[in-house]
Order: sequence, then structure tokens, then C-alpha cells
Amino acid sequence: MTTASSAGHSRRDFLFVATGAAAAVGAAATVWPLVSQMNPDATTIAAGAPIEVDISPIAEGQDIKVFWRGKPIYIMNRTKKQIEEAQKVNVSDLRDPQPDSARVKEGHDNWLVVIGICTHLGCIPIAHEGNYDGFFCPCHGSQYDSSGRIRQGPAPLNLPIPPYAFVSDTKIKIG
Amino acid sequence: MSGPSDFQPQNSVLKWIERRLPIFGLVHSSFVAYPTPRNLNYWWTFGGILSFMLAIQIVTGVILAMHYTPEATMAFNSVEGIVRDVNYGWLLRYLHSNGASMFFIAVYIHMFRGLYYGSYKEPREILWILGVIIYLLMMATGFMGYVLPWGQMSFWGATVITNLFSAIPYVGESIVTLLWGGYSVGNPTLNRFFSLHYLLPFVIAGVVVLHVWALHVAGQNNPAGVEPKTEKDTVRFTPYATIKDAFGLSCFMLFYAWFVFYIPNYLGDPDNYVVANPGVTPAHIVPEWYYLPFYAILRSIPNKLFGVVAMFGAILVLAFLPWLDSAKTRSSRYRPLAKQFFWIFVVVCLGLGYLGAQPPEGIYVIAGRILTVCYFAYFLIVLPLLSRIERPRTVPNSIADDVLAKGRYVASIAVAAAVAGLLMLGGGSQAQAQEHDTPNPPSLTWSFAGPFGKFDEAQLQRGYKVYKEVCSACHSMNLLHYRNLADPGGPGFSIAQATALASEIKVQDGPNDAGDMFERPGRIADKFPAPFPNENAARAANGGAAPPDLSLMAKARGYERGFPQFIFDAFAQFQEKGPNYIHAILTGFEDKPPAGVTIPDGSYYNKYFPGHAIKMPKPLSDGQVTFDDGSPATVDQYATDVSAFLMWAAEPKLEERKRIGLQVMIFLIIFAGLLYFTKKKVWANAH
Repeated sequence: MTTASSAGHSRRDFLFVATGAAAAVGAAATVWPLVSQMNPDATTIAAGAPIEVDISPIAEGQDIKVFWRGKPIYIMNRTKKQIEEAQKVNVSDLRDPQPDSARVKEGHDNWLVVIGICTHLGCIPIAHEGNYDGFFCPCHGSQYDSSGRIRQGPAPLNLPIPPYAFVSDTKIKIG
Repeated sequence: MSGPSDFQPQNSVLKWIERRLPIFGLVHSSFVAYPTPRNLNYWWTFGGILSFMLAIQIVTGVILAMHYTPEATMAFNSVEGIVRDVNYGWLLRYLHSNGASMFFIAVYIHMFRGLYYGSYKEPREILWILGVIIYLLMMATGFMGYVLPWGQMSFWGATVITNLFSAIPYVGESIVTLLWGGYSVGNPTLNRFFSLHYLLPFVIAGVVVLHVWALHVAGQNNPAGVEPKTEKDTVRFTPYATIKDAFGLSCFMLFYAWFVFYIPNYLGDPDNYVVANPGVTPAHIVPEWYYLPFYAILRSIPNKLFGVVAMFGAILVLAFLPWLDSAKTRSSRYRPLAKQFFWIFVVVCLGLGYLGAQPPEGIYVIAGRILTVCYFAYFLIVLPLLSRIERPRTVPNSIADDVLAKGRYVASIAVAAAVAGLLMLGGGSQAQAQEHDTPNPPSLTWSFAGPFGKFDEAQLQRGYKVYKEVCSACHSMNLLHYRNLADPGGPGFSIAQATALASEIKVQDGPNDAGDMFERPGRIADKFPAPFPNENAARAANGGAAPPDLSLMAKARGYERGFPQFIFDAFAQFQEKGPNYIHAILTGFEDKPPAGVTIPDGSYYNKYFPGHAIKMPKPLSDGQVTFDDGSPATVDQYATDVSAFLMWAAEPKLEERKRIGLQVMIFLIIFAGLLYFTKKKVWANAH
């Protein structure tokens, strides 16, 4: 091509840009299902429905571990001593400041329900171990107190509380 | 791949990399500056289309492998899990299963193009042989992929194909045992086929690199069959060939999308929606359509060993083509006799494909033998002879001369007809053995038919009621969960309604802390309850015939619509054989068989059941189920509603599929239009 009018140029440029844009839109739309398929499928979501746990067999000072959505949940019936220790800590000294009252349900002070996954790198802390009458993570030595709050070691945050509610005094619903 | 590059990057980072690894230069010389004959027609775009299909198959395949379980008891259900539960799983599965067919359609066009234009001749022999190797690898990969869903056709296809090796004298049986990893096709076979099915596409990709390398050394052939002499004969690969390939590809994608979104099971066999059963062979075994010509050759020879030898020979003979056809003129355009024989050969291949789908009896066997002789005669007699006696027309002096002499669309149109023929073959693979006196079910009007089809929620709810109150006494629906009743595009129950329906059943759960099993009310995540604890119990309670699971029934039954109706079905998007058949069975009971027909004890006469003797007694009678919406309480109404319900159960993502399909088709039409005009603009400079 030797001489082309500027109008011809712009018409062609528009065509090239439109084609390129359509190709880009098509490619982006194609990527969506390819990535979306990695998310949990309908079976996994359905299996992640709330569970009910009968807590009546758990005596004072004992704990059980149940699984919800593949995560271990500690349900601990705390002793008087553990409750007192948890309540009298100076909250502002904590790495992740939270009062004990924010970590248990009102009127159910003795029941601690936490997700048993260390906030450092995901190992499972051992209950009733460590210096704080709570949890001790064997992987990298993080220690949590009887309220599941981080007190020592590399973990940055307290053990998370799963969504749960008391259905009755002896039954909780997690999720 | 085509010698040293003159590519000089400006950017300093690119320069730094290029000095150490000249990859940009390689890409530039292979796919930008590479000279391509300017007279290539659209049949030359199928190389690019094939690369695209290989990429699609690898990407979707790797993703499917993330969700698939290669274990004999779980494979079938894991595939259904992909289709039903994984986000866009239905799309990925249909892209992959139809992608295999598209891959073969493209490769057959590519091969016939090579055959017609003599692309295998000196100096492209290695290029051609590498292509034959790729084709063999594709066949192996396609076969093993078809085994993975572990349906009836998977299982029996695997059995029949692996048994081909038993024809080898002395060591055959040992080889077959080795392939199976057992005494029959079973879990070890499935495991190794999965492993190899994952491996081979990457081997194909490796051979494709060699194929492209060889291509870029010899240069592309072209419709005139004369080598480029001057620069006027060629254009740069980019933008000219790139944009032309892109336009061709976008048209091919439209074709592909039609199958994926509107007729995804058209090329498949209904029997493969029945889980593999080592005790029962389907009445009529057919391979996937792309193997049918070779299958016909196998069956034509009444000797096991020679049948197998002929079948493999039919493929291997292709590798010797460069020496069988020694004619100096490449393109059949200038070979009047070779051109005619080429088209006869195409018809022979299509004919063999058609015969491969027919039952091996009577006229079909004789026709198969004649065409088998024709197939081999083309390679072993016609081509060697033609190269000696044919007097070719004068070829153009140069490609530029060829471009100036325009107007050669006849051949292209004829090839387009051949493509349509290939498509017909695809439909042919659906052929089902039919009792000749069994009438085809009448075609009903379904709300979910056609490109805008949607399920009728009220109808699905009524159908569910019929299933629950009648069918579920004997038939399980193991793939259905109560949560599905509230899924979008389904019967439209609310979550609360589905939960209430689920809580009506008792589910055994456990063990509890004491180690005991216990019963609890059903949850929304639970499956529909099965009427019998296992298949033996179902068999014992039903006079020896276990009532089949109904989850996939609407896709697991079909009937032959015959030629040429099945071709029109591809265009009309006819996908409702299953519900038509179920409705026909449910309404086809007759109290007394017609005169002269005897039905064994414990069986019942059904007009539409193949063989007419069905073990299921007439399940529905007028007034049996009461509908809340005032629909008539008639057998016909029940049958229609439950058929629609079963169609939804078999294809729960149908609405989503058709909705996304419409968006994709609109996009592709616009995109292809844009590419067409862009291509015209780009090529305006080249003429």
C-alpha cells in the first residue's frame, strides 16, 4: 500500500482494536470457568453444613475434638482454675488483645470452643499443655492460654472461634 | 526453526536474554518472519486448528483429572460428580469429550488435504510420517480416554480393543494379560489407562514440535504444488497466515460450540451412561465414530489374525504413501485421474465409516468387504499405477502465477461436502441394535428442547411426585440429592421445601461414640433413598431383573432415527430420545400381546421395549397419583411428567448450558465477523 487516506487508516485501526478487544474479552471469559472449577464443589459445600454436638458427656477439665469442614474443633469444659486464669489476665498485655468474655458465650463461661489450628502455620496444638494451662503447639512452640489466646511463641493471633450457638445447655450447633 | 534469525530486539532486557537464549529470535523466525506460500486456501488452517485442539484437550484434561477418580467402583460416579457438582464441570467435560471428536474431524480434514495436494511427496516424507505417528498416538489416546468414564461402552470397548492383541500368534494371550494387569479388564486396567491417557498428549505435543520443525525446514506445500521461487511467491507468517488461521479457527470454534452447548451427547453412545457391567455386553458394540472405518475393515475379514493385521495395515499403509505414489506432480489439481480416484477414496472411507456402525450381518458384511478391497487398492494399486500412466496437466510456473489465475472453488465445495459426510458418520455411531418390529417412540413436544429450552418447574415437581410415589418403590436414583431439588434450573423447590422432603426419610448414620450405627432424619445433603440395600436384593425381589437406577435413564436410552433423519437432528438440536423413550415405555404396555407373540412368564408385553418382553409390570394407572395443580390424573400425564423429571435428573445443568451457549454463540459470531474483515484488510495489501 502506498497512499491511504487518514480516514482509511482510522477505520482500519478501529477494526484492529475491536478485533483485539474481542479476543481479549473472549480469553478473559474463558479463564473464568477454568479458575472457578477449583472452588469447593456442591458436594463439599453440602457436607460443610452445620453440625450438632452433644456436650453432656464432657466432664469438667476434659475436652473433645470434633471435625467441622475438615477442621478440628476443640470443645473444652474448663475448670474453675482455668476460667479464673483466663479472666484475670491483663488484656492490654496480650499480643492479640481479647477479653475472655469475648471468647465464650454468655452464661456458658466453662465452655471454650475454638478451632484447633495454630495461627502460625496450621499445626494442631495439644490441649492441656504448655505454661498457660491451655494449648501448646508442638511444631514451633506457640503457647495459648486457657482462653485459646496466644501468649508465647511465633503465632500472631489467638485460636479462632468457630460460629456456634447453644441449642440447649447440653447441645451446641457449630456452623 | 528456519535458520538463523535476523531478529534484533531493541529493549535492553530482551537483548540480554536473547544473547543467552535466542528464544525471541526463534519465535520470530518461526511464527513471524517465516515465509508462507501466498496461495494457501482455508484447508491449510487446519494445522493451526489442530494445535488449538491439542491445547484445549490438555487444558481441560488436566482440569478434569483434578476431579476424576481412576478407580473402578468410583470412576463413573466421579465423572457424574464433575458434571453435576463441580463449578462449570459440565462445560469442561463436554469440551473434552466433544473436543476429541473435533480433534479427529480436524485431523481427517488435514490428512485428506495432504493426500489431495500431495503434501507427503519429496521433500516432505518425514513430515508426513511424523503426522502418521501423531495420528496413531491420537487414536491410542482417544481410545484410553473413552475407557475412563467406565460406562458400558468404555468397558466393552476396552475389552474388544485389548483383545485385538490376542490375535498375535504365540504371545497374544500373554500380551493381553499384560495390558489388563489381571485376568480381565478391571481396576488395574483403568488405572494404567488413566496414567497413559495423561501421558500420551504430552508425547503428541512433542511429536507435533518435530512435525512443525520438519514443516519449517521443508516449507509448506500449497494448492499449486510448486515450490516458492521468489519473494513474490510468499507472504510473512504474521500477520498474513496468523490472521487467516485465526479466522478459520473462529469458524471451527462455532462448529465446536454448537456441539458442546446444544448437542453434547450427539456423538456419544447412550450405553456409556450405564455403569460398566462385566456380566452384560451391550447388544451392539460400536467404537467412537472416528474409528469406524477401521472397525469395518476389521470385521470384513473372517479371520481373527488377518482382520487385526488388515486393520493396523490400513493405518500403517499411510506411512508408505510417499513411495507408493511416485508421481512428480504434487497437487491433484493437475492430475485429472488422481483427482477422481481421490474422491472415490473419500467416498470409500465414508462408506466404511457408515458400515462400521451397522450390525455385522447380511449386505453390510459384503459391502464392507468390497470397500475394504477398494481401500487397499487405492494405496497399493491405483496410486502406484497412476504415477506411471497418468499424464498430468501443466502446473503453473510459480505460485504468483497461480494466484493470478483465480476461481478454483469447485474442489473446496466438494471437500466441504465431504466434511458434512464426516459429520454424518458421527451420527452413524449412535446406531443402536433394534428389533426390527419395534416401532420408534413418538416424538413429544418438550419444554426443554431447542436452543432456548427450559424445564417446566411445575412439570418437574409433578414428575418428582410420580417418581416418589410410584417409581421409587423399585428404582433408585443414586446420583440425586435432596439439595438438587432446590438447585437453579431444577424443579424450583425452596431450600425449606427440600429440607422438609429430606426430613421425611430415615438415614442410617454412624458409628456414634459407642460404635453403634443409628438412624437420623434425612438432611438436604443426603441422597435419594434406595429401595433395596444392594443389587442382589433388588434382583431377588423383582423376579431376577434388578430395576435400573434412574438417575441417568434419560441419557442412557436411545433409538435409531435412521438416515438421513439423524443428520437433520444435529441441526435441529434433537436431544430428546431419552424422554421420548421413557414416555413410550410407560405408555406402551398392552394387556394382551398381539396374536402370534408369546411373552415368557414373569414378563409383560410392551410395544416399545426392544424384544417386547419387559420384566417391569405396568407401573402406572389412571388416578394413581393426585396432583395439587389440577393436572389430569392420567397415565399419559404421569408418563410425560416423570420423563421430564428424569431428563432434568440426567442433565441438571441443561438450562445453564443453553444459556451460556447462547452467549458463546453470539460472541463467536461477532468475533468471527471481526476476524473476517480484519483478515480482508490485512490481505488487501498482499494482492
